Amino acid sequence: MKTGIKKILLIVPSMIVARGLEAVLRELGEFRVEGILTDLSRDSEIRLRNMDVDLIVVDPVVFDYCSRGNVRSRIAENSDASVVLLNTLPQDDEVLRQYDGVIGLYDAPVAMVKKLREAAASHMEMSESDGPDLSAREKEILVCVAKGMLNKEIADYYSISIHTVITHRKNITRKTGIKTIAGLTVYALLNNLVDPGSIEM
Amino acid sequence: MERMKFTDSMKLAELISLNWKLLSVLSRLGIGLGFGESTIREACGRHGINPSSFLLICSVYTYDDYIPSADMLKDAEPLSIVEYLHNSHSFYLDKEFVSLEKNMNALAGSCEAMSKKILVRFFDEYKTQVQNHFAYEENVVFPYVRALAEGKRTESYSIEQFEENHTNIDEALNDLKNIVMKYMPETCDAVSHNEMLYGIFRLEDDLRKHTVIEDCVLIPIVNRLEEK
Repeated sequence: MKTGIKKILLIVPSMIVARGLEAVLRELGEFRVEGILTDLSRDSEIRLRNMDVDLIVVDPVVFDYCSRGNVRSRIAENSDASVVLLNTLPQDDEVLRQYDGVIGLYDAPVAMVKKLREAAASHMEMSESDGPDLSAREKEILVCVAKGMLNKEIADYYSISIHTVITHRKNITRKTGIKTIAGLTVYALLNNLVDPGSIEM
Repeated sequence: MERMKFTDSMKLAELISLNWKLLSVLSRLGIGLGFGESTIREACGRHGINPSSFLLICSVYTYDDYIPSADMLKDAEPLSIVEYLHNSHSFYLDKEFVSLEKNMNALAGSCEAMSKKILVRFFDEYKTQVQNHFAYEENVVFPYVRALAEGKRTESYSIEQFEENHTNIDEALNDLKNIVMKYMPETCDAVSHNEMLYGIFRLEDDLRKHTVIEDCVLIPIVNRLEEK
């Protein structure tokens, strides 16, 4: 587990707010602002991808109205860090739940640091909660994927939600390092999880 | 690597000493070794290469998070960039893939029949994917950019479509890497196993730079041409 000062990336269009947050966090020590992006252009996305930070604080104002609901997933495409919302706009509860934490402009500095700490910790727990090997359920789902079943079909087959199937698939990819269906099929075959006869070769 | 700005007054020998991986860039641009004390400017002049384009390519190739400035992009020349990308495609298909395939056959030959069949099949699928990806760029994107550079407009296509079609072939290569590294049986021959993996790492590195040159150099330059 990472210890010491945690690195934060701010995606905040207002330099005044960004510098303010930076100063407040510097005084309290636990977190350090590693970078500030004022938009999410292509260049910014590249920086986001190359930056190794523990936490991202994002002000949804940087996104246009239509894409605000997808901010969380757009960041997840480029970074594994926890994402905290800087709540500058009235947001739907459903949207708020996508984030690992929510802070506001009027939070007391200590309260804010506490929220950031919780957000960073919740994310770490999630990714380190289970062992490095595939669980029995993950193996079952991997076999289904190798056989060419769709997420919906797998969900129906095991009577679980499609969301759970997606979480399992993410974990399978994280543990094996393999993303494509063809690659997962190879994994299943090499590890004797499926009978070669049951897959078109 | 300590960041150093490349300039056209630098000697080629210095450049290569700083980053020997640029050797492959030189050969793709048709600059051979034996360049003596030539500077970048002299060598580019001799080979008809736009020096700004040359410096851009070398910088992207050397520094991982390099983002070209607007000025650099303005001075670069689309034709040199396309020429470089085209030569890179030939290099991947004619050299890298051939040696990767050789290594893979050596590796597969030492494995039992089933693993061999599985590995070869996955590799062939990956190769086909890469060939299709390159073919699209060669047949659609590059001719479009060449025409645009000559001032010819094509209404039916824009570089925006390229961005949309720009699928990630790196996922399959990443999978191949993990499969070869982690999941091929221990009984396979160790030397060819390593050789195969070296080849994959090298190709992965090179293709990553290739994509950056397309995304951060070619696309912005073409965007600018389209706006004119």
